[in-house]
Amino acid sequence: MIIENFAEGKSLLHTTDPRIKICLCVPYIFVIALSNSLYTAAAAVLIALSLIIISGLRLGNVLKSIRVFFWFILLLWVVLPFSIPGDQIIRLGPLRASSQGVLKALAISLKSTAIVFFIIAFLGTTKVFSLVHAMSHFHMPKKLLYLTFLSYRYIHVIYMEYVKLRDAMRIRGFRPKTNIHTYKSIGYLIGMLLIRSYERSERIYNAMLCRGFHGRFYLFEHFAVTGRDMVFLSIMAATLMGIGWMEWITKIM
Amino acid sequence: MDNKDHVIKLDDVWFSYSRERPVLSATNLVLHRGERAALLGSNGSGKSTLFHIIMGLIKPEKGKVTILGKERQQGRDFFEVRQKVGLLFQDSDDQLFCPTVAEDIAFGPLNLGKSREEARDIVKKTLEVLGLEGFDERITYKLSEGEKRLVALGTVLAMEPEVLLLDEPTTGLDKEHTRRFFDIIKSSARSYIIITHDPDLIEQSTTKQFAIKDGRVYKR
Ligand SMILES: Nc1ncnc2c1ncn2[C@@H]1O[C@H](COP(=O)(O)OP(=O)(O)OP(=O)(O)O)[C@@H](O)[C@H]1O
Ligand SMILES: [Mg+2]
Repeated sequence: MIIENFAEGKSLLHTTDPRIKICLCVPYIFVIALSNSLYTAAAAVLIALSLIIISGLRLGNVLKSIRVFFWFILLLWVVLPFSIPGDQIIRLGPLRASSQGVLKALAISLKSTAIVFFIIAFLGTTKVFSLVHAMSHFHMPKKLLYLTFLSYRYIHVIYMEYVKLRDAMRIRGFRPKTNIHTYKSIGYLIGMLLIRSYERSERIYNAMLCRGFHGRFYLFEHFAVTGRDMVFLSIMAATLMGIGWMEWITKIM
Repeated sequence: MDNKDHVIKLDDVWFSYSRERPVLSATNLVLHRGERAALLGSNGSGKSTLFHIIMGLIKPEKGKVTILGKERQQGRDFFEVRQKVGLLFQDSDDQLFCPTVAEDIAFGPLNLGKSREEARDIVKKTLEVLGLEGFDERITYKLSEGEKRLVALGTVLAMEPEVLLLDEPTTGLDKEHTRRFFDIIKSSARSYIIITHDPDLIEQSTTKQFAIKDGRVYKR
């Protein structure tokens, strides 16, 4: 599954109650997003990184899956140092880089890296189905939940259709070039993709009807908060307070 | 033949996907309680279409569909049909849609109003019957074709249907699993119609054969 690459596993993070993970993820994101100090941001990156290591995910795979994100960071470093006025540190022709700009870019990189890592550690280690279940425990509107779950299902369906069609083209020696044949074939691919996923989703819906579906999802999985979950929650909450405290003392210093 | 012991009865049913070519024309079919029938016919002759009409997934242009003793016309007439008639789709990928095997098998029973504990028991029992112990947490879309087929059968059996409609159920199954498959359906449902091209199966597990040709169903 495209989105659930990291969701399978038996580690502490994988087996923690999804409700607890959501409860932790949201405040972590807020605190980090609102923090100003570089120390806080760096500490947050380290904590998030250790969570990822505890969860047993291969760091290489994690970094690879978010490589698009790093392009944005790179863009930041190209733009920010030269566009924020301040004390000049480097000069490239007409461009002047300011130390304020560099610090700003550094702060944003650290903060956003930490947030992305926390999301992977907390939410990426949870199956989407479980997340939807957990959200229902927080009394999110039912319609929103079904919408989330079904869009997720159908994104997967469309993706699988795409893989099938692409492979069908590949095994017959298709290689994209810049010519009419390529454009036409890719046009067919996209057209077929839309039609076939539409028809398949219709058939899946029919299969659901055949098994007595009438507009309600029943939750099969049942969550139970264990003692271990509470310990994890306490430790992570204490760590978050630590981050908050760091932010506070660096501000008054 | 109008006694009440038929489970499925089609009278003069017409259906076409497009104007030019009717798929079913003046089709009649009766399945009595306890009958085990095969539905034969060449590719594209309308076998799957016939099943979909019985389940109320598509609506015939004309004709009478009587299932379990009641005439069924509108969408809501078919709610009861879908609880008591189990359809195994030709393509298992259409049937399995929950992430894990356990959830998929539990989906039907939960829709029927079973409690979570009952559903869990049903999942366990069904997997045992199919010889798929330990498959609970397996991811449905990562199973092999044959495994998918068995799990799809499980999702249908979990609803304890009175009648089974099986659309080429044994394609992709090995000998051992084919035998097992038939042991299971023979013991679990009293009536069924099975679409198959396998002469051995027709011989061994059916008592009646229908053939569909040029949009009509013939008894053989
Ligand atoms: N969704 C659809 N839209 C238009 N035509 C369809 C559709 N589904 C099936 N048909 C056509 O209706 C006819 C009957 O199809 P059906 O799937 O019932 O055949 P079948 O007997 O099950 O064949 P097979 O043995 O290949 O499974 C075929 O000619 C097919 O092309
Ligand atoms: Mg068919």
